[in-house]
Amino acid sequence: MSFTTRPIVVVVGNGMVGHRFCARLKSTGLFRIVLFGEEPRPAYDRVHLSEYFSGKTAADLSLPMTGWFEDEEIVLHLGDPIREIDREHQVVHSLKGHTQPYDYLVLATGSSPFVPDIPGVEKEGVFVYRTIEDLEKIKAYAPRATNGAVMGGGLLGLEAAKALLDLGIPQTHVIEFATRLMPRQIDSAGSHTLESSLRRLGLQLHLNKSTLAIEGKNRIEGLQFADDTRLAVDMLVISAGIRPRDELARLAGLQVGTRGGIMVNERLQTSDKRIFAIGECALVGGMVYGLVAPGYDMADIVVTNLTGGNKTFVGFDMSTKLKLIGQDVASFGDPFASEPDCRSIVYEDRHKGIYKRINVSADGKYLLGGVLVGDAAAYNILLQTVNNRLVLPPDPEDLILGSRGGGSEGAGVTSLPDEALICSCESVTKAAICTAVTEQGATTIDAMKKCTRAGTGCGGCVPLVKDLITATMKANGQYVRNVVCEHFDHSRQELFDLVKLHDVRTYGEALSKWGKGDGCEVCKPVMASIFASLWNETIVKQATIQDSNDRYLANIQKGGSYSVVPRIPGGEITPDKLIVLGKVAKKYNLYTKITGGQRIDLFGAHVGDLPDIWEELIAAGFESGHAYGKALRTVKSCVGSTWCRFGLHDSVSFAIEIEERYRGIRAPHKLKGGVSGCIRECAEAQGKDFGIIATEKGWNLYVCGNGGSKPQHAQLLATDIDKETCIKYLDRFLMFYIRTADPLTRTATWLNKMEGGMTYLKNVVVNDSLGMGEVWEEEMQGLVDSYSCEWKDVVENPELRKRFVHFVNAPRKKDPELQFDPLRNQVKAQEWSK
Amino acid sequence: MSTRTSPEIDLQWRLACRIEDVPAEGGACVLLDGQQIAIFYFARRNEWYATQNRCPHRGQMALSRGMTGSSGESCEPKVACPFHKKTFSLVTGECLSGDDYQIQTYPVRVKGDKVYIGISA
Repeated sequence: MSFTTRPIVVVVGNGMVGHRFCARLKSTGLFRIVLFGEEPRPAYDRVHLSEYFSGKTAADLSLPMTGWFEDEEIVLHLGDPIREIDREHQVVHSLKGHTQPYDYLVLATGSSPFVPDIPGVEKEGVFVYRTIEDLEKIKAYAPRATNGAVMGGGLLGLEAAKALLDLGIPQTHVIEFATRLMPRQIDSAGSHTLESSLRRLGLQLHLNKSTLAIEGKNRIEGLQFADDTRLAVDMLVISAGIRPRDELARLAGLQVGTRGGIMVNERLQTSDKRIFAIGECALVGGMVYGLVAPGYDMADIVVTNLTGGNKTFVGFDMSTKLKLIGQDVASFGDPFASEPDCRSIVYEDRHKGIYKRINVSADGKYLLGGVLVGDAAAYNILLQTVNNRLVLPPDPEDLILGSRGGGSEGAGVTSLPDEALICSCESVTKAAICTAVTEQGATTIDAMKKCTRAGTGCGGCVPLVKDLITATMKANGQYVRNVVCEHFDHSRQELFDLVKLHDVRTYGEALSKWGKGDGCEVCKPVMASIFASLWNETIVKQATIQDSNDRYLANIQKGGSYSVVPRIPGGEITPDKLIVLGKVAKKYNLYTKITGGQRIDLFGAHVGDLPDIWEELIAAGFESGHAYGKALRTVKSCVGSTWCRFGLHDSVSFAIEIEERYRGIRAPHKLKGGVSGCIRECAEAQGKDFGIIATEKGWNLYVCGNGGSKPQHAQLLATDIDKETCIKYLDRFLMFYIRTADPLTRTATWLNKMEGGMTYLKNVVVNDSLGMGEVWEEEMQGLVDSYSCEWKDVVENPELRKRFVHFVNAPRKKDPELQFDPLRNQVKAQEWSK
Repeated sequence: MSTRTSPEIDLQWRLACRIEDVPAEGGACVLLDGQQIAIFYFARRNEWYATQNRCPHRGQMALSRGMTGSSGESCEPKVACPFHKKTFSLVTGECLSGDDYQIQTYPVRVKGDKVYIGISA
């Protein structure tokens, strides 16, 4: 079909569902698509809107439209809502005056926030929570607010409350009309668990409150409730539900529901057969669906029907799993089923804030539904168990408690029927995934995404998809083992031993001996780390197998500039060295910031300036801080007994000694340490991979802690030991970790996976149960003795310096795309571009 | 949509750099008519590839600094962007890590110690 004779589909509304529809319809190549959106920006991810406040930008949230407009298959009008539909002539008229004929019209106008009719809603400081523009207004107003409130304790209300917390509003309140939170999704015991967890996080909840008026002159000052109480607030976000945007349909004479919503049949056609409605504006089977997944389903159905298929919308499973203010909340199947139709199994842990309920059919055979609060790890498999009517094991409580002693956990993925829907965003069944493994060899998540698109939407099914891949491979007799990547059939530990045994020194040699293909971004840095840990040759020798940061010996930052972090052992620095850092930063226009590891980070260096910057730093006595490497970062210290009136020993000197001992040593992941001079623990040593705390009699050694997204306290390895013993144990501990951990595994995760856990580790390190102690100490000493500063090696070598250019054919020219914006008398990287 | 394999006749062969400018099993960036082009040298296979330097994911001029490698039984040459590890085929320009991106690729010729890139006239 030639392009100009293709039928025209006009889409009204550029939200998530409208976007999905266009993406799907475009891929058929059968239509010309014209898209009108009211908002000034292309479609974005509204589900993750609250992340806008925790650091994501509008560009991060934007949905990909790569290549959409190149081939003119889609014409996009932004900031131009449709004002009128002329059904008789099959044209639409836009605000900006476009008149656009259509063969088919798809309304994806979405919804607007419901604002209850309370006196005072027009006051300054009252907001709704729906679009990026709403969020920008909230963000602009927040700095002057000390008491923020959200009206509505449902799903969106709690999202909005999270946003206020993220904005740093000192007091955040949630006002709910019902007697508990999220009454539509979870049962009352679940609400109570959620409520206590949220209160612990600093949220103030006001339940069973009906708001009568919003007080204040021009600006909101407080809320007046029906029970004669009031609450002083200076900011209010209303999140009391949604109303379908049906005004355009209403104006065009299409049938709408009495309580709103564009009426459609099960093929999602409105009362005019050429006009469809999808997403939150549609009223189908008497329901408006306020979630994105059913909206996507509707979009796909209309695409199918427009291209000659015949699919109907028969309702949607409203099971859902969310993270609200860091709390898992999930409900699936029938969460409220009650006796006599079912028997419920309930687990409640008030200490940890966990509540789980499953409803089992009266005959004990089937799972009907349930609620999970605080821990929703079992959600996927429970949902599958309901949807596929899997027969329950004899002890169904194992489904929420885990198996206690013997046997495997639950029924598992193998018991799912072939038609089980694994990825609901992309409608991918178990059979499709298993077939992709067996017939197309899709044995990694990336390959599976390409093959089936499973896991490309919300990503929630990825763990289940991984389990299915492994299970299918096992069932096919394929050898499932812990391998680094497709190029090496070995684990990191095996490669480590092979490299050592065969004295292999280069990546090319290793690839010829044990690998295939040309390697990749996974196995190259793994081998680089192994070579560095074993031979400690300077990493610049094999620059192209290093991760980008190791290749340029600096951390790549937004925009493509690099940051420079000289080592400041133990956080101790002389005034003269501080002055040098200041001078260098000024000369090269670098943004400076104190890091969490007691160092000074200099951001915004052009790649071509790096050798000059380091030349000046090295001349002043600095050396590389290895902030770019999977290596020792810092050993943080408190000031200790040299100044502190509480200090028992000299923690700074010990920290410097340790940091200089292990500097530059490559490991499976970064390493951080800490030394505290007394039990007050000001160096936060128990949050590090190794932490040393002074005692009356010596030092306590803790290992395997970390901060980051899953903080974990370090555990006590040895008590009241002297410095020499401490270093001996550290040598053994670190070498054991370097030899055996999987790539990119921090010590905490390594320990969590270790059979026997801390008891075993203690035995190996302290009691030398493997008899490796002496070997490891010698190996470590070898690494310590062969240390050299990588940056010194580069600065002194003109050939190596040449590598630090952006354009090899114009070495003096800097990347013109690299731009900075001003920020508090310094610079910052420009935002990501689209 | 423009296609990648234009007939040779439309190509203008431009001198990009010398072979020693591009590290073995790695990449380097050249500037040609204001355009940033990434050149990759697969020394073991003695093959050369060139693509746009810009990673379409976040618009960063970074592909030349990415790690090279190959994918699958056919050993399709690829590069991984150093920013978020999106990988791209150096043959088709297609994104191999599951996203809907496409990058421009260019033919490369080596004569003596000089590397030329074919740009459509």
